[in-house]
Amino acid sequence: MEHYLGLFIRAIFIENMALAFFLGMCTFLAISKKISAAFGLGIAVILVLGITVPLNNLILTHLLTPGALAWLNPAFTQVDLRFLGLLSYIGVIAAMVQILEMFLDKYVPVLYNALGVFLPLITVNCAILGASLFMVERDYNLPESAVFGAGAGVGWALAIVALAGIREKLKYSDVPKGLEGLGITFITVGLMSLGFMSFGGIDI
Amino acid sequence: MNPRKYLDQIAPHFEPGGKYQKWYPLYEAVDTILYMPNQTTTTAPHIRDGIDLKRVMITVWACTFPAMFFGMWNLGYQANLTIAANPALTGSGTWHQYLIAPLAGHDPNNLWDCLWYGAVHFIPIYAVTFLVGGFWEVLFATIRRHEINEGFFVSSVLFALSCPPNLPLWMVALGISFGIVIGKEVFGGTGKNFLNPALTGRAFLYFAYPASMSGDAVWTAVDGFTGATMLSVAAQEGMAAVHQQMTWWDGFFGTMQGSIGETSTLMILIGGIALITMRIASWRIIAGVLIGAAATATLFNLIGSATNPMFNMPFHWHLVLGGFAFGMIFMATDPVSASMTHAGRYWFGALIGFMCVLIRVANPAFPEGMMLAILFANLFAPLIDHVVVQANIKRRQTHDA
Repeated sequence: MEHYLGLFIRAIFIENMALAFFLGMCTFLAISKKISAAFGLGIAVILVLGITVPLNNLILTHLLTPGALAWLNPAFTQVDLRFLGLLSYIGVIAAMVQILEMFLDKYVPVLYNALGVFLPLITVNCAILGASLFMVERDYNLPESAVFGAGAGVGWALAIVALAGIREKLKYSDVPKGLEGLGITFITVGLMSLGFMSFGGIDI
Repeated sequence: MNPRKYLDQIAPHFEPGGKYQKWYPLYEAVDTILYMPNQTTTTAPHIRDGIDLKRVMITVWACTFPAMFFGMWNLGYQANLTIAANPALTGSGTWHQYLIAPLAGHDPNNLWDCLWYGAVHFIPIYAVTFLVGGFWEVLFATIRRHEINEGFFVSSVLFALSCPPNLPLWMVALGISFGIVIGKEVFGGTGKNFLNPALTGRAFLYFAYPASMSGDAVWTAVDGFTGATMLSVAAQEGMAAVHQQMTWWDGFFGTMQGSIGETSTLMILIGGIALITMRIASWRIIAGVLIGAAATATLFNLIGSATNPMFNMPFHWHLVLGGFAFGMIFMATDPVSASMTHAGRYWFGALIGFMCVLIRVANPAFPEGMMLAILFANLFAPLIDHVVVQANIKRRQTHDA
């Protein structure tokens, strides 16, 4: 239990997808103007990450790793399908996002409209694929990847909601012409990352 | 000559259309430092109050003086104690000693010897902070046509006081440049930033030059001597080792190594009580920090750990060691970067207290966590305000419905 809690906390704070690895920047910068929209997107990312990472873990262990297909036919013990990894992970993510989009369209149209084109764009959000690839690289098992996926999602959501809060406050600031818009947002994100460095070095 | 008359006489040159209109911010700064501004509000609401931003900032600046003078004395005291105990060590080993030698000795019991030793180290740091930071402030003010704000007095003195005594002056210049330009001016100046500029500069130095900002060699300004701060001692050897070297009261009075202005909880509290009485610093934030830190430290005490001695540090020790008191009174209460709602201030403070103790206890990479905790809480301050405001709206809606 302690192990999973440690993993969860590490995924949220220490290895924060947005502020420690700078993954998922396009949506992170684009949808962070309003807290409500950022919150919605954060929830969507938590859902997608929490589902796709364990799903991809299943695909990896039962279809792709060397010898995983042995249950089909003993002759397949030598087969190594890991080269299909990237392809299948992104396929799973795309399908998941599509389902989520249909679900939101039907039941939460407000959020669906607020997210607009960025919901389909979650498909190619590198934070989502990144989490699956971290899962492969670090050899997480199924429960570990579920915890890690959810934690990575919560961390990313926390970061984008905080950024949206800061940007709502920055509406009243007086930024030089050349830095308006994305420029000042990049500086803001950099400073946020400085704040999150307080966790660097914690060993859980 | 009457300076008021002179200022009025040259005023037209600085007003729009005048010869020196570019330099108006400088003129305005001199004028308003010397005299009350003569602007009055022309539209409602009118509030009759003697206090304005300028007076707030100057008051905060003045309230750091007890900590500043004690810090200078303590810097010299620590160094002279070291020199007295180790005859092989002769002094700071830097250019400072050419200023110390002619005017003072190395007697730790002599007030003047200690004060001068400290002043020789602190005043250059403060001067560089002030000049370099002031340069950026004036540059941005003239080009961007905003007024030079007294907030800079506070940022510069807080930055200088939170430096370790031996910091090279070029690093001081670099740190305050980053703090003022990236932490504040790119957002439009005082009141428009979201991080405390002094802390931003210090954190930048902390991560860019860790060896000069922390570690064992930087805390006492004597060449060839290394001595860990009490927080490092506690982290490495446990509370028993700390008790051997000092009592809690030593920590409270501040006769220990550390950043120049951060050691004496008592002196900081004197400034802090003045700030709270004048209602400049929010007591809600301070209460939040105390409660957050006490709860977290007690929680860690209860959990306990056989391998990490920091788990066993009681919370009243957390209060007097490192930069806790300094951060709590002067940095956490920064009205710009803290939460602005009353309820939000408690949570903001509690987050700082929690994070500070968490970093000290759970993060072996950083023995001190106050600065990072405040920066972290600054990030979430707007969000806390947002939640408080939304909750208020919701409450009123249900109340009125």
